[in-house]
Amino acid sequence: MRKLLTTFALACMAFAATAQLPAKAKAFTEIKFGVDATYPPFESLSPSGQFEGFDVDLGRAICAELKVKCVFVNQGFDGIIPALEARKFDAILSSMTKTPAREQQIDFSSEMYNEPTSLIAKKGSGLVPTAASLKGKTVGVESGTIQETYANTYWKPAGVTVVSYPGQDQVYADLLSGRLDASLQDSVEADYGFLKTPKGSDYLLAGNVTSDPKDVLGSFIAIGVRKDEPELLANIDKAIAAIIANGTYKKIEAKYFNFDVYGESSK
Amino acid sequence: MIYIIQTYGKAFLYSDGYNMTGVAMTLWLLVAACIIGFCLAVPLAIVRNSKHFLFRAPVWLYCFVFTGTPLYVQLLVIYTGMYSLEFVHHVPSLNQFFRSGIDCTILAFGLNTGAYTTEIFAGAIRDTNFGEVDAARSLGYSTPKLYRRIILPSALRRALPVYSNEVILMLHSTTLAFTATVPDILKIANDAYSATYNPFASFTVAAILYACISFTLIFGFRKAEGHFLAFQKR
Repeated sequence: MRKLLTTFALACMAFAATAQLPAKAKAFTEIKFGVDATYPPFESLSPSGQFEGFDVDLGRAICAELKVKCVFVNQGFDGIIPALEARKFDAILSSMTKTPAREQQIDFSSEMYNEPTSLIAKKGSGLVPTAASLKGKTVGVESGTIQETYANTYWKPAGVTVVSYPGQDQVYADLLSGRLDASLQDSVEADYGFLKTPKGSDYLLAGNVTSDPKDVLGSFIAIGVRKDEPELLANIDKAIAAIIANGTYKKIEAKYFNFDVYGESSK
Repeated sequence: MIYIIQTYGKAFLYSDGYNMTGVAMTLWLLVAACIIGFCLAVPLAIVRNSKHFLFRAPVWLYCFVFTGTPLYVQLLVIYTGMYSLEFVHHVPSLNQFFRSGIDCTILAFGLNTGAYTTEIFAGAIRDTNFGEVDAARSLGYSTPKLYRRIILPSALRRALPVYSNEVILMLHSTTLAFTATVPDILKIANDAYSATYNPFASFTVAAILYACISFTLIFGFRKAEGHFLAFQKR
């Protein structure tokens, strides 16, 4: 039985491979996106089983721009690159950060968005995320995060007191108690974890970190495609540039976030 | 392992370049807590054995509270709890004190070890030979002189082996310090772990450092026992 199944599977794969080759040569009519739909607000499944989220909306906008059909395929994140290589879909659209290790296997589009690192401070404090503004102040970070590395790399030498905490909730607790003047974390975390809760009402997003010459925060988030499809990549890049230029991007962004997820470069 | 030692060696031993960390921080917590604990315990141990209930009861209560609750909870109450009280913010000296994580940690550790040490010393005082006390009384010693010359020197010597255990337990308790954001040995081990994803090497380095400090303490106390308890040698 197992042997039969294996043969069947192999036959299917062979058929799929042969079927795909002419399809590639044909006019390009649809894009299949691989999505790990477990990561709201970026990608998740609605109760009725529809794909939804920031990434999914951006994907639909890209397809609309290219006048092609959009198909989403659910795929666990740990196996998402092998699945792309196996041609289960054409592109990865799953909050994937562009890293040198991944770039050896797949190509990345231009920037989709960036989860910026941002500073939270009390309303009216006038603090901004620069060493000069925070000099002599106390800033809380969670131990082991890139934000801790960032604060220790750039701010500690400039006279900012950087305090590491075992968990992000303790950072917020000490921000509320007044022990900390500000805290540094992922902007989505800051927004959903603190600012949108009742306790965070006296606090605001004091700004995103912009200067990172030593690149401790890593790269942006982008769409991944196979290395042998530069044409698709060029089309996607073109569509991303178009939706940013025509304001579609801003509209989708406003639906999910109250801050700029593209980073300073979009301004 | 070698990478971790090269990268985090300095932070493990004394400094991350700006603040005291690692072994230096752990030893500072231990020494400060034990000094506070010892200074509290000697007078309180005497009061603990008082004949008067009104003297005895508060000390009993202090020991009961601090030996009866986990140190972790005490640390949270002092670090997180105290600073959330409104009046603490309005008194500048209290505000200054409780704002600092290390002050809160030393206070909590000092009060905790003080309670245990009080019980240890009080027990040793209770066990003092009546004959020695009678002899001192017959020579006309006043009560302060009796304590200073006869009871305390004898009781503290006899308490030494038990007290050394308390100091080593206190060393192990310092691993809670990062709860109050104090960067002790364990915090550096966690840093090394999250940077390398190599838990075995990271925590093994921490374990070796704690073991070295423990052995040094044990060795020191053995020497002290040999000196102060020479009369017990066979």
